[in-house]
Amino acid sequence: MEFDPVILARIQFAFTVSFHIIFPSFTIGLAAYIATLEVLWMTTGHERYHRIARFFTKIFAVSFGMGVVSGIVLSYQFGTNWSHFSHVVGNVIGPLIGYEVLTAFFLEATFLGIMLFGWNRVPRGLHVFASLMVALGTSLSAFWILSANSWMQTPAGHTMIDGVAHPTDWLNTIFNPSFPYRFAHMVTACYLTTAFVVLAVGARYVYQGRYAEDARTMMRMAIGLIAILAPIQAFIGDSHGLNTLQYQPAKIAAIEAHWGTEDDVDNSVPLVLFAWPNEETESNDYQIAVPHLGSLILTHSWDGKIPGLKEFAREDRPPVAIPFFAFRVMVGMGLLMIAVGWLGAFLLWRRRLFETDWYLAPLQYVWPIGFITILSGWFVTEVGRQPWVAYGILRTADAISPVDGWAVATTLVLFVLVYGVVFSGGIYYINRLIVRGPEGAAVEPPSGVPNRPLTSANEATRQAISTTTGE
Amino acid sequence: MEDVGLGMTWYLPVVWALLLSVAIAMYVVLDGFDLGIGILSPFARSDSEKDQMMSSVAPFWDGNETWLILGGGGLFVAFPLAYSIVMPALYLPVIFMLLSLVFRGVAFEFRHVAESSRFLWNISFAAGSTLAAFFQGVLLGGFVQGIKVANNAFAGGPLDWATPFALLCGLGVVAGYALIGSVWLIMKTEGRIAVRARMQARILLPVVLIFMGIVSLWTPIAFPRIAERWFTTPNLFYLAPVPIVTLILAGLVWRWLEDGHEHMPFFGVIGLFLLGYIGIGISIFPYLIPPSLTVWETAAAPASQVFTLIGTVFMLPVILGYTAFVYWLFRGKVREGEGYH
Ligand code: HDD
Ligand code: HEM
Ligand code: HEM
Repeated sequence: MEFDPVILARIQFAFTVSFHIIFPSFTIGLAAYIATLEVLWMTTGHERYHRIARFFTKIFAVSFGMGVVSGIVLSYQFGTNWSHFSHVVGNVIGPLIGYEVLTAFFLEATFLGIMLFGWNRVPRGLHVFASLMVALGTSLSAFWILSANSWMQTPAGHTMIDGVAHPTDWLNTIFNPSFPYRFAHMVTACYLTTAFVVLAVGARYVYQGRYAEDARTMMRMAIGLIAILAPIQAFIGDSHGLNTLQYQPAKIAAIEAHWGTEDDVDNSVPLVLFAWPNEETESNDYQIAVPHLGSLILTHSWDGKIPGLKEFAREDRPPVAIPFFAFRVMVGMGLLMIAVGWLGAFLLWRRRLFETDWYLAPLQYVWPIGFITILSGWFVTEVGRQPWVAYGILRTADAISPVDGWAVATTLVLFVLVYGVVFSGGIYYINRLIVRGPEGAAVEPPSGVPNRPLTSANEATRQAISTTTGE
Repeated sequence: MEDVGLGMTWYLPVVWALLLSVAIAMYVVLDGFDLGIGILSPFARSDSEKDQMMSSVAPFWDGNETWLILGGGGLFVAFPLAYSIVMPALYLPVIFMLLSLVFRGVAFEFRHVAESSRFLWNISFAAGSTLAAFFQGVLLGGFVQGIKVANNAFAGGPLDWATPFALLCGLGVVAGYALIGSVWLIMKTEGRIAVRARMQARILLPVVLIFMGIVSLWTPIAFPRIAERWFTTPNLFYLAPVPIVTLILAGLVWRWLEDGHEHMPFFGVIGLFLLGYIGIGISIFPYLIPPSLTVWETAAAPASQVFTLIGTVFMLPVILGYTAFVYWLFRGKVREGEGYH
């Protein structure tokens, strides 16, 4: 059998990076949440903040572990799968990743030790400090890696010498045109994702009548954050889109499935709500569209025009279907988030939140929404960048390593198997921690005292509780 | 390599080569004992002994593993061309090693939450650690024996690395990590585990010396370029002390093990590792892709090397500082039945 190494390498990278981003999406937000809880605990002295922080620290440990191991794989994949990419843009991308290791990875990995194992060993203030450092580390990590990715989208601050990128202005490289938007959009996305997980866990407990005090605090904090951040996110996303229109017009044309204005009514851009983009006929099948709305959103004028896909040579066009559909999933979910947040805030204000079963029951299952949205967003961004890996500098097909197709195919199968096992294990154990609940998390003997027998006693109690509650 | 004056373009790659060797040495020593504990974990008699062994490294393993990212990332930063040749050349062992590290890493967290499925994560911890060590040795061997290059790109096949020499290096690293794991346990645990670790260390020390001996004989015989480097004057005089010091230090470690020292064996074994490491470094420098490309030919643009160097000079002391702080915080022995969680 013949294997095409380019397709295989792309599938492999898409698979491993998509797997990885699931964990940062959650740990970036969760680290900040835990740090907030600990600061609240320090300043107010309320024990419930401590309990919740400890509970989520256990979940954090499991997710962080999976984030770390899958991230290490990625950092080597630039070389194993995209060696030509490493050579051509290494001068520029390399240092950004180097700074990520130096400023972020060591910080988070080292203070993680204190955060996870220091509860009974270090003074409260030091523990809070460690959690703050971990939160800072995760945000710095997002800063650098998103800068690297944004540079690949909108390269700046470099010149090409003999086909290799050389840096000329680091500030322009780091703060390249799409970076501020991407950073703001992604960090907000991580906070929203975490807030929805916290919300779902809280709703589950409230609905089941367990851990009432802790669960209500979780829900209140999450709803407050979502009600504010979700609309802000839509605004950031809109500005991000305008920035993309300026620098990567072909991507926007694909997102909008916009082939060209000449065949549209009134010579303006419609907003396509649904369609089946057809790359053969260069038009949309089954299109449902609102005339003029596209012009209005993208150019903020009634008759504004944007370049259509037909204006780009076929070999310079991204695939249309994936950016088109993934974008609609993202925006749909974004609107849903606004609705959930505002509805929750309204119920909270009317003091009906914790009694409204029709709101609580479905809310227990809302935890994956952020992950789905983030993955959709990245599919828009990355597939929309095609056929380039570094926009205008290097094509994906030229970025590949000189590795045989069968070797890539073998490792791809291994990745799918291994990640399948690890992911199922992770979800299963996180769910187990949630079933055990926050109370179990805080009842633990101080250090230095043999804690096995006690822990197993707790275990037995917990099991008894969970069997009676039907878990 | 026109510019071998003493300008920036000469110094920078050399400085980076040194920094990179420091990062890799840190990794080998630090993650060496974590992985060694994984390799030794099947010999624990009970689950609580395993808990104790893992607790002795649980707060540190993630920080330790970060040196591996600095090693790989550092190569990418400072020598992108070398990175783009080595990684495809060692494609399969690199990915096998990474997947093994996945199993070992998640085992720390999963095992802690698991109940009836605990044994699975015990296996994952032991097998992941052992295989990761083995493939790191294979990588070392594959690198020392040389990489086929044409037009600044890897030009060999996907199984070029799989030679008896590389496989031998793989086994050697497994033994080496097990050794450093055992002396770590002597230092950080007490009771039955520490007693057993002392016994294991006395078996592993000669085994590791034998591996070092075989590799030292094999390299000059199989790779004439290395023989040439070793056996010509004045190199011979600089190199001759390395094996002698190694033997003396090994003798000392043996004595410390016999005499019941708790800390000295650990530091002695680190010394042994570093000596072996220096030996390899001398055989290879200034080639980064032996036998064809040097550190100068594969270096990143000076602007890139300088930019990252500035950050490194500031950050490395900070990193070493808080790393030392965390080791200090979790100093002392892990007692039986005590977990940090
Ligand atoms: C927006 C955030 C973000 C994005 C886009 C990425 N990562 Fe990541 N990565 C993180 C945010 C993060 C994080 C929050 O810092 C970690 C720490 C643990 C975790 O769950 O995620 C992480 C861990 C992590 C680690 C282990 C670090 C450690 O030991 O602490 C490595 C080597 C990478 N990543 C590498 C990559 C590469 C090569 C990426 C791109 C292709 C990438 N990450 C995308
Ligand atoms: C973290 C969230 C991310 C996700 C979910 C994601 C997703 C994807 C997907 C789906 C592809 C395949 C596109 C295709 O081949 O059609 C891809 C390609 C790629 N991405 Fe990302 N990406 C993410 C972040 C990043 C970052 C931060 C970087 C670099 C710093 C990056 C670098 C690349 C590279 C080098 C390729 C391979 C070449 C290519 O196919 O264009 N990605 N990514
Ligand atoms: C509701 C309105 C939203 C709009 C108008 C919007 C707009 C956009 C646009 C235009 C892009 C592509 C940018 C590019 O590649 O050049 C994008 C990417 C992305 N979106 Fe959204 N978005 C919205 C909501 C959300 C939400 C709610 C989330 C997650 C919780 C999210 C997560 C992402 C992510 C992770 C990316 C990829 C990274 C990036 O390029 O920033 N978006 N979004």
